[in-house]
Amino acid sequence: MNAVLGQLGQIFLVVALAPLITGWVRLVKSRLNGRIGASPLQPYRDIYRLLQKEAIVAHSASWVFRAAPYVTFAAVWLAACIIPTYTTNMFLAPAADLIALVALLGVARFWTALAGMDVGTAFGGLGASREMMIASLAEPAMLMVSFSLSLISGTTSPTQIIVFILDGGVGIEVSMGLALVALIMVAVAENGRIPIDNPATHLELTMVHEAMVLEYSGRHLALMEGAGMVRLTLFMALIGGIFAPWGIGVPGTGAAGALVGLGAFLAKCFVLATALAFFETAIAKMRVFRYADFLGGALLLGLLATIFLYVSEAV
Amino acid sequence: MPISQLSYEMAHLIGAAVLMAGFQLLYQRRLFAVLNTFAFQAVALAAAAAWQAHIQNAPHLYITAGLALVFKAMIVPFALHWLVEKLGIHRTVETAMSIGWTMMAGVALVALSILLVLPVTVNAAALTRESLALAMSVVLLGLLMMITRHNAVTQVVGFMALENGLILAAVSAKGMPLVVEISIAFSVLVAMTLFGIFFFRIRERFDTLDLNDLETYRGDRQ
Repeated sequence: MNAVLGQLGQIFLVVALAPLITGWVRLVKSRLNGRIGASPLQPYRDIYRLLQKEAIVAHSASWVFRAAPYVTFAAVWLAACIIPTYTTNMFLAPAADLIALVALLGVARFWTALAGMDVGTAFGGLGASREMMIASLAEPAMLMVSFSLSLISGTTSPTQIIVFILDGGVGIEVSMGLALVALIMVAVAENGRIPIDNPATHLELTMVHEAMVLEYSGRHLALMEGAGMVRLTLFMALIGGIFAPWGIGVPGTGAAGALVGLGAFLAKCFVLATALAFFETAIAKMRVFRYADFLGGALLLGLLATIFLYVSEAV
Repeated sequence: MPISQLSYEMAHLIGAAVLMAGFQLLYQRRLFAVLNTFAFQAVALAAAAAWQAHIQNAPHLYITAGLALVFKAMIVPFALHWLVEKLGIHRTVETAMSIGWTMMAGVALVALSILLVLPVTVNAAALTRESLALAMSVVLLGLLMMITRHNAVTQVVGFMALENGLILAAVSAKGMPLVVEISIAFSVLVAMTLFGIFFFRIRERFDTLDLNDLETYRGDRQ
């Protein structure tokens, strides 16, 4: 019963919290740029406003265009449900693992790219082609990180990995450090943050994600933007959960454990979101042709993490 | 004094930071970014030396850490910065070998050094073995950087990074006499001065710091 409650809480928490995290990142970035910035609650208002508006669909659009926001949001939401945020006591936890997570994110990306191409505008196709290029580089890196984490803990389930690390199954390991850096690089690419893509841009030749959702309006746009926010929350939960699992609620601790876990999760998100804002302010967007170097670097770091795993085993 | 597991792990993690900086050096293309990364590597090296001094209870390693911090993290990067500005080459973007291939070669070299160090040091203590593998990787990455770069300044940075690897190896092995480290530190400074003079000489003579142009140079005969 508790596991069901934990799962339900998780399902609603990720969606409820996602706009706040995005709003916080935007606020910190504005302050760092010397602007006052909107309240961190602004994304909630934006989504509410978009939901009130009429959804305009182009004449040339097929059913793919209309279905894509729902499929994308559902896939990302489902992916976010299997990454423990505040408790590991979850009903759906055994149902999926890190490989399934990569697949779900891939489904979301595939549909977004299809929608980008469906209307037939130049920007959509351009964004879709770039998104696929980034995906072809980021996915192997993400899988490599999953493999090294699984080799360390002996399981691919994120919940099991977190429990393993929480029990002190792994110390300060070189492989973990390398996997962390690689995962952060992948997270930056997957979420379309600077230096890969600029989330604040609109109508610019270098945009990737915005180019694909350019034709959307109303509730469709709200779902697409919501999917992006939930994806950011998902990666924060993944990084914060695996590399700093302290405070997360475990089965048997009841409501108190869940509350402590919730506080710890909020604190982790706060730290990660602030760090992301600082990082994005300090760095410039890179050229499209350098993506391969950046994400190739992430892949090689994942590979190095696996290599060093064998060293520490041999020693 | 028995060394705890945590001390081992911290030492390896700092060593890995030095290695990461080595990879970052291969990845960076702009001269100032390379110099900043090199300074970061030296800071990580100083941290590694200080940590070894702490866990081995060897106070003289603190001097090594101080030397690394003052000479390699401050004086050498500042001097190179000044040189690059003086020579007016700070906008140079290097396109020697593709970064992707260089990084892949780097990973292969790390695997090679692990395969080499682990069987050779079967009898050594665990702490020394993994640290030696890390240090050897840093040395090989420095060599790789010297091979794949055209510009004289980045080649010098590659040489200094190689030397960082040597110091990393020296501090993780017990009983390295201090006099050796001090002499290494000073020879690096001397080398630095000589390189500086050579930069100006090469520039004056050939109007470039790209060493590829020197290979085809046939003197005054055309």
